[in-house]
Amino acid sequence: MPQPDSAPLSFMPSASEPLSAVHPPKLAVQAVGKTYVTRGKPLVVLDEISFELAAREFVCLVGASGCGKSTLLNIVAGLVPPTTGEVQVDGMAVLGPGADRGMVFQGYTLYPWLTVAQNIAFGMQLRKLPKAEQRDRTAYYLNVVGLTAFAQAYPKQLSGGMKQRVAIARALANEPEVLLMDEPFGALDAQTKEQMQQFLLNLWAQTHTTVLMITHDVEEAIFLSQRVYVMGSHPGRLTHQVSVPLPAARDLDIKLSPDFIAVKREVLHALRQEH
Amino acid sequence: MIQPSLSQSAIAPSTPRRYLKPSVFWSIRQGFPRWLSLLLIGVSLAIPLVLWSVVSYGGWVPPLFLPTPTRVLQAGWQMLTRENLLWDVWVSCGRVAGGFALAAIVGVAMGIAMGTFHSMESVFAPIVGTVRYMPVMSFVPLIVIWVGIGEDAKVLIIFLGVVLYNAVMVADAVKFIPNDMINVAYTLGGDRRDVLFRVILPATFPSILDTLRVNVSGAWNYLVIAELVAAKSGLGFKIIQSQRYLQTDKVLFCIALIGLIGLLIDYGLKALSRALTPWADQTRQ
Ligand SMILES: Nc1ncnc2c1ncn2[C@@H]1O[C@H](COP(=O)(O)OP(=O)(O)OP(=O)(O)O)[C@@H](O)[C@H]1O
Ligand SMILES: [Mg+2]
Repeated sequence: MPQPDSAPLSFMPSASEPLSAVHPPKLAVQAVGKTYVTRGKPLVVLDEISFELAAREFVCLVGASGCGKSTLLNIVAGLVPPTTGEVQVDGMAVLGPGADRGMVFQGYTLYPWLTVAQNIAFGMQLRKLPKAEQRDRTAYYLNVVGLTAFAQAYPKQLSGGMKQRVAIARALANEPEVLLMDEPFGALDAQTKEQMQQFLLNLWAQTHTTVLMITHDVEEAIFLSQRVYVMGSHPGRLTHQVSVPLPAARDLDIKLSPDFIAVKREVLHALRQEH
Repeated sequence: MIQPSLSQSAIAPSTPRRYLKPSVFWSIRQGFPRWLSLLLIGVSLAIPLVLWSVVSYGGWVPPLFLPTPTRVLQAGWQMLTRENLLWDVWVSCGRVAGGFALAAIVGVAMGIAMGTFHSMESVFAPIVGTVRYMPVMSFVPLIVIWVGIGEDAKVLIIFLGVVLYNAVMVADAVKFIPNDMINVAYTLGGDRRDVLFRVILPATFPSILDTLRVNVSGAWNYLVIAELVAAKSGLGFKIIQSQRYLQTDKVLFCIALIGLIGLLIDYGLKALSRALTPWADQTRQ
């Protein structure tokens, strides 16, 4: 049964209602469906998914493995065309990948032939920003992710956590409208992961980018976001929305607070109903 | 109560534990001592030389079958000093370089195109798939009719011999680039041109160098076929000519010389690839 707090199927951001009436939402996913046909048999991976993100919101998407989270994020990024529905940024439909939606992938996707600084500057170079601006922004984001000392290092000289920090810096340095992240800390150990969560939260507080992040770690989702969407599988669809009534400034100790645990219970129950 | 002696005796006999036995000689990616590597190189070079010496100096086989090392070196000295062998080396190197450079440019471009675009893959796959199996030797009569018996023909034979191998191996290397590495460029605002020139090309660059290093040996193989065609100079020509007069010592010297040149090219290209791609993985040493 649905929890009292979660309201299935109407997934509008609750925080900024007067704003969203005037401005279109930052990111809108409208009735997106995806069907793969393998050996003649259609497989419905995503079924009529709709949700919105307000500007400067941090929203996480949790769900069982194989429920279609990556497919959904790839559709939002424009890397995979949806079978039905559309994705809008600032009220305009997007027809393919573009610099307005930056993405951080689960695996390590740094370019091994570029140094850390060159990796961070890659997007700005593609968009032919002035050289001076590229240098300034690269230096700024190197500092933000704490890797100034490694500016001239090659990715093979970095640890997993450092690589992911560079990947996040590379996406942010391009100043996307929306930052998409697909289990960016999935491959990290528990301690590094917590450091990265705190780092990401501070980063978001500084830049106020709109973030849509996938994770299978419920605590991570609650710690980072204002809202958590729970996805069910076969076919993939949004089943619950859980808002996170925690203060904006959080530290890792909050994971032990009763409020946090109450939200966690709610999300876990929502996830369990899908099995 | 904890009874360590009992629990140990209960576990030990029923499940004998097996660990990986340490080994230096058979080590698989666990490091290898430099001295042993040098020793093995020395042994692997020495054994055939020793066998050759024993068999030839010992008079076990007639000198025509297998001349002694001294005879081979003498023959080589004679060819170098009196028969202008360096000119043949120069000419052959030129033919190989010409044919191989052409095969590298065309093959790498074709391979990148095939690995990158489905359309190009469809266009080239039938040609590459069939022509690769046709022996270059069998094209020689046609090549003579089409382009004559000059240098072009020799360069063309070497080119045809290796170009498709270059293409196939480079196309495979492109396919090993992870999808997400390409997708990242799109989400950073790159277009297909950017992906081709700023992601696919640099990502495959080490593999391209490796491919060329492997396939340049093929070019030397086709050299001898090429110099069957009305050549008046070249190492392959010298081999064929010496064979006619049953000068096995000269044949052996020329073969060894080709091997030596190959070794130099191999080390040169390895050093070049290390110098050009300091960022690449250490597994290639
Ligand atoms: N190209 C494809 N062709 C056919 N089926 C696909 C394709 N891509 C994904 N699928 C199917 O879609 C489903 C969802 O895949 P997806 O990668 O989105 O899952 P996920 O939620 O990201 O899982 P995980 O948490 O393990 O990463 C899977 O059942 C998968 O088999
Ligand atoms: Mg996934």
